[in-house]
Amino acid sequence: MGNDIFVWVEQFRGEVALPSWEAIGTARRLGETLGGQVCACVFGSGVEGLAQEAIAYGADKVFLADDPTLADFRLEPYAALLSSLAREHSPALILMGATSRGRDLGPAVAVDLETGCVADCTGLEFEGGQLLATRPIYAGKLLSTCAVPEKRPAIFTTRARAFPKPEPDDGRAGEVVRVEPVMKEEEIGCKVTGFWETEGGVSLTDAAIIVSGGRGVGGPEGFEPVRELASVLNAALGASRAAVDAGWIPYEHQVGQTGKTVSPDLYIACGISGAIQHQAGMRTSKVIVAINKDPEAPIFQLAHYGIVGDLFKVVPALTAALKARLE
Amino acid sequence: MHIVVCIKQTPDSAAKLTVDEAGNVSWGESPIIINPWDEYAVEEALLIKERFGGEPKVTVVSMGPEEALEALKHAIAMGCDEAVRIWDDGFAGSDTLATSYVLAKAIERMGDVDLVLFGKSAIDSQTGQVAVEVARRLGFAPLTYVIKIAELDPEGGAILVERLLEEGRQGVEAPLPAVVGTVKGINEPRYPSFMGIRKATRAEYPVWTAADLGVGPDKVGAAGSGVRWERIFPPPAREGAAEIIQAETVEEAARVLVDKLLAEKVI
Ligand SMILES: Cc1cc2nc3c(=O)[nH]c(=O)nc-3n(C[C@H](O)[C@H](O)[C@H](O)COP(=O)(O)OP(=O)(O)OC[C@H]3O[C@@H](n4cnc5c(N)ncnc54)[C@H](O)[C@@H]3O)c2cc1C
Ligand SMILES: Nc1ncnc2c1ncn2[C@@H]1O[C@H](COP(=O)(O)O)[C@@H](O)[C@H]1O
Repeated sequence: MGNDIFVWVEQFRGEVALPSWEAIGTARRLGETLGGQVCACVFGSGVEGLAQEAIAYGADKVFLADDPTLADFRLEPYAALLSSLAREHSPALILMGATSRGRDLGPAVAVDLETGCVADCTGLEFEGGQLLATRPIYAGKLLSTCAVPEKRPAIFTTRARAFPKPEPDDGRAGEVVRVEPVMKEEEIGCKVTGFWETEGGVSLTDAAIIVSGGRGVGGPEGFEPVRELASVLNAALGASRAAVDAGWIPYEHQVGQTGKTVSPDLYIACGISGAIQHQAGMRTSKVIVAINKDPEAPIFQLAHYGIVGDLFKVVPALTAALKARLE
Repeated sequence: MHIVVCIKQTPDSAAKLTVDEAGNVSWGESPIIINPWDEYAVEEALLIKERFGGEPKVTVVSMGPEEALEALKHAIAMGCDEAVRIWDDGFAGSDTLATSYVLAKAIERMGDVDLVLFGKSAIDSQTGQVAVEVARRLGFAPLTYVIKIAELDPEGGAILVERLLEEGRQGVEAPLPAVVGTVKGINEPRYPSFMGIRKATRAEYPVWTAADLGVGPDKVGAAGSGVRWERIFPPPAREGAAEIIQAETVEEAARVLVDKLLAEKVI
């Protein structure tokens, strides 16, 4: 068994998902202890350009598979290829982002290789020679540490924004190894029939700033000031379940236990009481701001800064103050 | 058509959790319920059953100790036809690798399965891996994050779904048999009816053991697992509550807040 670390570099339409670069940065750090190479696995169609990018972010070697069968992420051909590369090269670890695709690929490869996959890690550290992953459980009410003590490779999916993104260095050198897919199109059961992009730009899970509205916004038009604040900050728009269930905003925006788990640098909650299930999705945000007219709202227990007041006054004032300062 | 729904029992999401030095988690008097995500999977199975005039059989399966009975009863009360509990003392301590092995063995034993439905993840361990692992083991089409089953053609052996990904919705067509991992938004789970609850109390809950499934001890429990849980602990407490920004006017409060956020370097 080798000491190399594989990182699966996820791309959608040629753009790499943020947690992949964070995983490469983490792999470099862990590689210092393990002493192996960081090998980026770049799969797709027309993605040659990403190989050099992966090297800039810290890969020593890139396994590049460029083929029409890999254009869209589909589990069957991606898992078959990654498992076959892992069988051939025996890495010690495989890392990937804990995105919807990574959360499918990691466990599928774990089954192929009869090994362990730790989901949704927020920390990865060596302790007494063993790699320990920290991960939230019970909706973030508790934390746990997990290891893959014996089986190899050990697979970990890393949560977006939980690990630092490395600075790319265009001067770095690395080796690009071309590899072929292992499945033919006619062997792949799943066919992608269409894609309908979510409108509203910034993806919640990648966003550095999120502005969310809850029942306190009072209706669909109540989201307008919240949206304006988000747009000034180039933030993603979030919502509580109460706002989603009321039909004021689509489910794609829901933050919380039954919505998205987010970890931005700044989370601004407007008219959200801060129920435990909402907290489950945002409690690891670095700085939390609450705007609520009820000084007893539980969100103030979690928030770092709060303004007690009517959001229809406070939010536009905040937007104006930001416009004045950020210009 | 035979539809299987895999469900897990979990503590209530509102339960107050405590953890002792040894890492044992306790949720006091709070009841054990069906994993909330799995209700969507049960509902979807029942909707399909209704769409096909009641013909499809819906079997609900849970690998778990006695407590899992509560979750199975809930699913029967919602309208599932049959329940199977899978348990053996050797299954304790299984990670998703081992759990998926056991579930796949149980589904193989049923033989005639067209569709296996799952919840998005279990709210306790939060791994969200079992569905895709079962699909991989059985060679079934792996359809996760499904927010809509647009078409289902059991005769033609095909299914068309919409999946909810980070960037939007993806349409995927796949052959049957398939694994479908559901997400919230696919439906609105029904409450058990009074008749359903009566049915659930009288229903049979057979238990399939390791021997029934032909599962060896090396494939389950700690031996069959890849992941070991080392420690469970409460997250570090946040010191104090929010700093409430007080000012004469809203505009002034907003300016103070912007200064604080600039100082925190988050904007
Ligand atoms: C199994 C389960 C899963 C759940 N999953 C989620 C989840 O994923 N995400 C989620 O968010 N919730 C979830 N919930 C629901 C959760 O328990 C709460 O009901 C929900 O978060 C409440 O949303 P809210 O804070 O917007 O509404 P409320 O609790 O009604 O709070 C509204 C707040 O707005 C304030 N307000 C009103 N008007 C104004 C104004 N003009 N200016 C300023 N403030 C104002 C009020 O003071 C109040 O604090 C779940 C519940 C269950 C049982
Ligand atoms: N012990 C189990 N028995 C039956 N189904 C399970 C079990 N554990 C998990 N599942 C199913 O797999 C899904 C994902 O669970 P998990 O991977 O544990 O987060 C759940 O929503 C259930 O549908």
